[in-house]
Amino acid sequence: MVFFVADNIVSSLGMSTKQNFKSLLNGNTGISVVENNDIYNEPFQASMINDNVLEEHYNLISKKYPYSNIKHTRLEKMLIVSVDEALSKTNIDITSHKTGIILSTTKGNINLLEPDKRNSFATNRVSLWKLGEVIKKFFGNPNMTIVISNACISGVLAINKAAMMIQSEKYDNVVVTGADLVSRFVVSGFMSFMSLSSDPCRPFDKERNGLSLGEAASTIILSSDPNGNSIRYRGGGSANDANHISGPSRTGEGSFIAINKALIEAGITSSDIDHISSHGTATPYNDEMESVAIDRHNLNKVPVNSIKGYLGHTLGAAGLVETSILLEEMRMNTLIKSAGFENLGVSKDISVITQTQETEITTCLKMASGFGGSNASLIISKVGNDK
Amino acid sequence: MINNSLKISKYCHISSDRVLVNGKPFIENINGLDNKSFLKHIYKSIEIAYSKFFKMDEISKLGFLAVEILLKDINLSVYNSEDVSIVLSNSDSTIDTDYNHQNTINDYENFFPSPSIFVYTLPNIMIGEISIRNGIKGENSFFIVEKFNAEIVVDHINSLFLTGKAEVGIGGWVNFHQEKYEAFIYLASKNGNINHSASEVNKLFNLIT
Amino acid sequence: MEELIDKLKLQIIEQLNLEDIEPEDIDADEPLFGTGLGLDSIDALELIVLLEKEYGVKIQNPKDGQKIFYSLKTMAEFIQENQ
Repeated sequence: MVFFVADNIVSSLGMSTKQNFKSLLNGNTGISVVENNDIYNEPFQASMINDNVLEEHYNLISKKYPYSNIKHTRLEKMLIVSVDEALSKTNIDITSHKTGIILSTTKGNINLLEPDKRNSFATNRVSLWKLGEVIKKFFGNPNMTIVISNACISGVLAINKAAMMIQSEKYDNVVVTGADLVSRFVVSGFMSFMSLSSDPCRPFDKERNGLSLGEAASTIILSSDPNGNSIRYRGGGSANDANHISGPSRTGEGSFIAINKALIEAGITSSDIDHISSHGTATPYNDEMESVAIDRHNLNKVPVNSIKGYLGHTLGAAGLVETSILLEEMRMNTLIKSAGFENLGVSKDISVITQTQETEITTCLKMASGFGGSNASLIISKVGNDK
Repeated sequence: MINNSLKISKYCHISSDRVLVNGKPFIENINGLDNKSFLKHIYKSIEIAYSKFFKMDEISKLGFLAVEILLKDINLSVYNSEDVSIVLSNSDSTIDTDYNHQNTINDYENFFPSPSIFVYTLPNIMIGEISIRNGIKGENSFFIVEKFNAEIVVDHINSLFLTGKAEVGIGGWVNFHQEKYEAFIYLASKNGNINHSASEVNKLFNLIT
Repeated sequence: MEELIDKLKLQIIEQLNLEDIEPEDIDADEPLFGTGLGLDSIDALELIVLLEKEYGVKIQNPKDGQKIFYSLKTMAEFIQENQ
């Protein structure tokens, strides 16, 4: 069996899952107007990590690990702070060859391509494999970091991969970490797609008009040893729409298949699911597509939320951030309301959560979709409630 | 006895100067064409009509062509489209396309980010292109490693196979950086003569060098 | 107008990488989308960039694109009205 033993979120709303969750309980969003000419020449909505807070945390940690003493980029600092906080809650030896590391990111240190930053680090620092190497060296891990870059499903794929690695018995523990920046590269790209919302994004709402970006690092540690924890991995899957490279399938095809694969591996049916954490970007097409996939699995009555109204779309970190929140929802038996949602704006009747509420949660589905027609999903449940 | 391991039945290499199928010369770059022109030459040589090809960035073209050549004369329709997985890897992600996008946004006086460039700044877009062309709806994964690492791709495809998530794997390496490009794509299924192991896949990869 | 349409044909072929289309294949009155050119949603966004870059004409709401990009003629008219 594969257990979830620790998690972390580094974001605008805090430096731990608990801190982030507290803001969500209070209904606070981390998305606000950003005026930063280095990123974009007009104000835009995003969730940004405070530099001073990040530096403060990073400086405290950097002395703890004696393995490398190189200068780190902003993104590397986010990852280091996130991995350290998650690790600190476990007894796992990250320097063991039985502990693997997976890195999930879409663009890594992409801001190093900006002309004024090109000389601040060696050219290969923008390479994603190099980012994996920097992280493993910092923590003194002997294994090659496995780097997954598969658009916005990277985080969910990375958790699925970690479970496979533990099931194969090559590894006892896998530290899955992911991060992406809100950079000029990404903001201007999404602007060219005209897919950024003028207000904090509103997943599944009638008035939704696009996504909000967010920067975050997030870490989830999986292990064959429960370490006193009681939530385990049940199954996962990925699938391609085979339809369009940027637009999701109108029939929710890939998402439907990915959910089906996770259900089969978990050995349960959709009627066993009692909460869904959607991808919920708040673009018109994504949310509509997800409602179709949810409907095709008869999950219409299952409470569903999107965390993106709080933390924005954190790209390669999204699957990890949102699964961390899902784990905390399960531990606290609390459903978090979907921020920005008022009136259902998708064609299928689905149950978007409008009030944060306490309720017993045992078996959950996480959904993700991204460019390239990619979709992924995973299922987790509490031990003792195995259906 | 039930045969529960995957075999390799076909593989394809593309480099700046030639295309190999199962290790044998298929198309040679005899006129010393530049990268872009050689890819177009390959497209013309294999006689397909797929206008979307010209909209792709260079690395997607490379991966797309390698799979076109791999799947020629292979009937994938005997498999359920959900059971065909695509597991690719490379070293440089989409760095050339990343620079192309970056060059459109360096200067606010001349700031015209292009959606058709930006969308290709993700390495798995080529998996999307291949899936669209071939109606493949199975598992996807793109790994980034410093150098070709057969174990990563082989382990992943084998795990998908053993857990019943895929019956077929299209695996390999598609890298494109500045003047150098290399693609190595293979088909792993229950048929074939070569064991789907990291050591065998490494040997096949090295045939082009 | 004729001249602008001819120029647009070349620019569209270039910008949208319509490698196997010749200028004379595009009829100024025929719909640009949903027919032989095989254009999709990314091409529609790319046309918005083209108008801004080459003609300094901005489209704020992508939904307006449907009418403006109906045909080459409607595109040319929009450019002339807004330049």
